[in-house]
Amino acid sequence: MRTRKKVMRTALALTMGGIMLSPGHLLSMEVEDAPEMVTIESMANLYGPVEFNHLMHTEYASCEECHHHTTGDKVVDSNCARCHSNSGEGDEVTCTGCHETNRFNKDYLKTLESPELYHIDKPGLKGAYHLNCMGCHEIISGPTGCQECHTMTEAGERRFNTGTFAPAKGTSSSGH
Amino acid sequence: MKKLLSRRNFLKGGLAATASATVLKNKDCQASGDFDGYPDSMGVLVDLTRCVGCRSCEAACNKEQDLPEPAKPFDDFSVFDEIHHGQKRRTDETRYTVVNRYDVPELDHPLFRKFQCNHCAEPACLTSCFVNAYTKTPEGAVIYNSKVCVGCRTCMIACPFYVPTFKYSSAFDPKIMKCIFCYDTRLKEGKAPACVEACPQEALTFGKRKDVLKMGKQRIRETPGKYVDHIYGEHEVGGTAWMYLSSVPFDKVGFDTHVPKEPILNSVKDFLAIVPMVLTIWPGLFIGFHLLATRKDKIKEMEKEKNKKNDEKEEQV
Repeated sequence: MRTRKKVMRTALALTMGGIMLSPGHLLSMEVEDAPEMVTIESMANLYGPVEFNHLMHTEYASCEECHHHTTGDKVVDSNCARCHSNSGEGDEVTCTGCHETNRFNKDYLKTLESPELYHIDKPGLKGAYHLNCMGCHEIISGPTGCQECHTMTEAGERRFNTGTFAPAKGTSSSGH
Repeated sequence: MKKLLSRRNFLKGGLAATASATVLKNKDCQASGDFDGYPDSMGVLVDLTRCVGCRSCEAACNKEQDLPEPAKPFDDFSVFDEIHHGQKRRTDETRYTVVNRYDVPELDHPLFRKFQCNHCAEPACLTSCFVNAYTKTPEGAVIYNSKVCVGCRTCMIACPFYVPTFKYSSAFDPKIMKCIFCYDTRLKEGKAPACVEACPQEALTFGKRKDVLKMGKQRIRETPGKYVDHIYGEHEVGGTAWMYLSSVPFDKVGFDTHVPKEPILNSVKDFLAIVPMVLTIWPGLFIGFHLLATRKDKIKEMEKEKNKKNDEKEEQV
């Protein structure tokens, strides 16, 4: 019993010490806490899943640039800071935790009518991914073509009339 | 004498009818001018700064509306360089929506603009149609019924955005082709149109018109300098269900900024209200005037003839 108490006490002291030593990162998550690779596949249909190298992207962007106020770092966006300057680490850091997969469904649209809701313009999951990725990729010349991040599936080729479903030349007209 | 009185009564009646028609006309005008659109109608906010020109919306529309196979694949971006009769691509019987690229000199990147029916609150196509083939639904869509259409194509001329197009390939079974906001398959059930759902960048935001308008205003307010302080479609032609945000003046990205800020109907309403009155009252009224004006001549002529006869009689005697 006594040894266990001792261990607990030491652990507590170490933790406290660790927090005191890094005052800039109070309660915040670290890069090492996140997986190195993330497969983004919840909406894969016309395009295949995206193999997202999370570790590599931490070299280009700080946590809060993508995760907003949820990782415990101070937010840079002044619009967010108005409410979230001291929010601390959130319960949820994943994209799906906040961004609606089915952004325009009737029930979700109904919730936007609440007069107390400030986040009436929060993008859905697909929009959040693309706006975040593309916004940065355009600035730092990262890949911006659709198939540079995810390859088109057969369903996608059918939808876009391309690949095996490409229109035969000269048979269809665009009319006027 | 009896005849004269009835004429007078007729004229009196005519004048009274004219007066009442004028009063009624004014009343009608006010009623239609006060229409602010259906309160819970849906709308789409198009943010040009978000569009990357991927044409996903065009592809989704093509499949949802069962339109013919395109000439080029939807991932072929050479279509942005196409010029037809001096114009960029436009909607036609094979496509209800198109995306065009605009190279704006002051920007280091092009802007893309999606184009389709804007679903006006008071559509000019609807008011111009004399067989009532068009309907503005409470959900916000302007839909069309080909069963009653006679193919006069007045709507094509009435539309300030040149949206309705004619299916020339079936001229004997006339059909106007235009975006219907996916009314039959989606909007009716409260679902977003196919193009909105397909957009990866959420450049298209679907919701109640008043809510998406609020979002648009919030974007302008919270990101100073990013947008032109104007939402195209908020007031244009009396308000449209589809509205646009842009980072450059709207005339630089293909919008007609000279459209009136009130429904097209307002510019013809006063005239149109007179038409039934002119057609029903004027003929009677002016025949009456004519008879009245020529009455004296007739009496004179009759008297002349009487005198002639009398003279002849006298001569014979």
